[in-house]
Amino acid sequence: MSDEDQLHDTLEQAQSTQEARMGTGMDERFNSKLRQAFGTSPFMLTKFDKFMNWVRGNSMFVLLFGIACCSIEMMHHYGTKHDVDRFGAGVPRASPRQADVIIIPGTIVSKFGPRLKRVYDQMPEPKFVVSMGSCTISGGPFQEGYNVIKGAEEIVPVDIHVPGCPPRPEALVYGILKMQENIRAGESSPVTVKPYELDEFGDLERDELVQELASEINEDDLVMRYDWVEA
Amino acid sequence: MSLEQPELDVGERPDGGLDYDALADLLSEYVLDREQHINCEAFVIRPGDVPAVLSTLRDRAGFDHMSCLTAQEYRDRYESIYHLRKYDDPTQELSIVVPTARDDPTSESATDVFDTANWHEREAYDLVGIEYEDHPDLRRILMPETWQGHPLSRDYNQDQPQIVPLREYPNPMDKRTEAPDNADTMFLNIGPHHPATHGVLHLKTILDGEQVLDVDPDIGYLHRCEEQMCQQSTYRHQIMPYPDRWDYLSSGILNEWAYARTAEDLADLEVPEYAQVIRTMSAEMCRIASHLLAVGTFALDIYGDFTAIFMYAVTDREKVEKLLEDLTGQRLMFNYLRLGGVAWDLPEPREEYFENVRSFTEQFRESLTEYHDMLSSNELFQMRVIDTGILPPEEAKRYGCTGPVARGSGIDYDLRRDDPYGYYDELEWDVVTDDGCDNYSRALVRLNEMEQSARIIDQCVDILENWPVDDRRIQSNVPRTLKPDPDKEIYRAVEGAKGELGIYIRADGTERPARFKIRSPSFCNLQSLEVMSEGEYIPDLIAALGSLDIVLGEVDR
Repeated sequence: MSDEDQLHDTLEQAQSTQEARMGTGMDERFNSKLRQAFGTSPFMLTKFDKFMNWVRGNSMFVLLFGIACCSIEMMHHYGTKHDVDRFGAGVPRASPRQADVIIIPGTIVSKFGPRLKRVYDQMPEPKFVVSMGSCTISGGPFQEGYNVIKGAEEIVPVDIHVPGCPPRPEALVYGILKMQENIRAGESSPVTVKPYELDEFGDLERDELVQELASEINEDDLVMRYDWVEA
Repeated sequence: MSLEQPELDVGERPDGGLDYDALADLLSEYVLDREQHINCEAFVIRPGDVPAVLSTLRDRAGFDHMSCLTAQEYRDRYESIYHLRKYDDPTQELSIVVPTARDDPTSESATDVFDTANWHEREAYDLVGIEYEDHPDLRRILMPETWQGHPLSRDYNQDQPQIVPLREYPNPMDKRTEAPDNADTMFLNIGPHHPATHGVLHLKTILDGEQVLDVDPDIGYLHRCEEQMCQQSTYRHQIMPYPDRWDYLSSGILNEWAYARTAEDLADLEVPEYAQVIRTMSAEMCRIASHLLAVGTFALDIYGDFTAIFMYAVTDREKVEKLLEDLTGQRLMFNYLRLGGVAWDLPEPREEYFENVRSFTEQFRESLTEYHDMLSSNELFQMRVIDTGILPPEEAKRYGCTGPVARGSGIDYDLRRDDPYGYYDELEWDVVTDDGCDNYSRALVRLNEMEQSARIIDQCVDILENWPVDDRRIQSNVPRTLKPDPDKEIYRAVEGAKGELGIYIRADGTERPARFKIRSPSFCNLQSLEVMSEGEYIPDLIAALGSLDIVLGEVDR
């Protein structure tokens, strides 16, 4: 058998296999419930928004972000036993610019407050926030501390609170599933103005404290002003 | 081998005790007064004499370890207490008390004698408000630089408004930021949000090409007022949950033990032997869990190994945490120790629990060989870590390094053996040291320490199994309200996962401590990063940081 014959032979074989596979109808293996429902036409109609919500909810990129004790349980929920990746929410990204979910795992103190705001601001829209642990709800066991922000919602809007000190990985997985449900349904928390915002120092009201710090801080430095009693 | 007795330091008795009179004679021109603390004697000196006294004690009496500096404010004065001990024998302790006037709290700095005093004094200035003369760099360390007032001073108003700046460093790509005397350098921020900093640490580095010229850790992004929390809680029950949250890498019971040991010695409480064995066993489980995470994240830092070693470590951690959960009811924040014992007995059925522990240690030894295959005998790993991040033993001592960091520099210092507590002195185990002084030795020490911990756990299980049924006392009788006598002062330390974890408590006759100071090993170890990384390449800086195994909850407290 010449080489050419062999080539034709294999081509023929390939074609016949393909035909055999396509056949008059689809092979059993290619059948799905969707195809059964829609017949052979391979398209469906839906609202674009609905489709986008479905996509968003099923492919979440989480910011790799550790603050305190809760981040240990957060590591475990990426880990072998709990493996949040099963639910399409386990791709940690190191840069906020590539992430659409931020889990806030720990106590936020005054020095870190402005940084958290900055990290949140750097994430592209639409973005979702999971607050993990009691500290991000109210300050938790450290609420009375002189330096502790009384909950993440003083600084950023939060979609889901997962209580616990720390919450078990299962609890965090449950919280993320609930958030995905919300996203698929097209719900997310409204972005409202929070008590603690980043401002330029020059825009602050000229009170006693501002006067005193005028020599230390430039007019255009970004600052966060904490009013512990009112917040 | 010489049969000669080792030469004794001034004030050291042949039996290993301390002769405080001889020490007072040595310092006769400086000592104003002598006080009795529970752990040791304290000498009161003038603020101007601090460097002279400390250097005399270091050079002539062998006190080469400044473990802690406690600052506090009394009604009529400020006080700095330097807690000194010896690396050779940490039971030989001496405190130096430096009172300063209320209207002018200025004291001479000890930075020339002990490098570790640098950060300790900055913290004392930041939180209490004592100023240190001749300090090279006296600025705030934990609080934001524009903070108003000193939070642990008596007249601090916690409700006053504060302003915290978010300073942006110029983008190094736009404009080169230069070190003062070298025009060809670049400034680089690492953190506070960065995967390699193990939490919220900020490193200000100055680079020359790819080499590190200078690194300045900026901490305080997780300063959650642990000392204040403990000072406003009662001894008996309220303080115990907080230590879990200092070093939160599952080292809960080790930290709780630091508080338990200090408070038990302060209030003179007995602990039943049976409870000590349970404490020892659970503490070593915590050490394994903690070191596993250190090793796993170190591999992650070195070559981004998220899928093998890190996941292996997490898998093994899950197993330890399961055992700890069976025992204490919690995975991470155990709150299991009580003053005078532990919260409850081993879980029933006991045989099953022992069986679980045994099969864990057996299996864990096998997985340790796997870690050795993947890490310590892995050529890629060795190329990255051998001979990088060198920390010579003398430097380590000057910076007050303890734990695996010190032992990786060949310093044979382990409080479990040298200042025994719990049930350690009844058990067979070895202190692991390594003379390499580099990143590799520190990782190796941790790996080998886990094996020793498994050994300790096995022995504890045997002891617990054979313990007579009618002698299983888990707690001694402790009064419901503890009110230690006023002006009792104590400094006690245990070997935490990261090193010497010490606590200073001053009682004032109430049920709450008047001053609660935490000596955190990570805080001291982190200072040595500068020595380890200067002149190295920037990936080696990351490796050095990983090998220090800091945890920010403990650095910032």
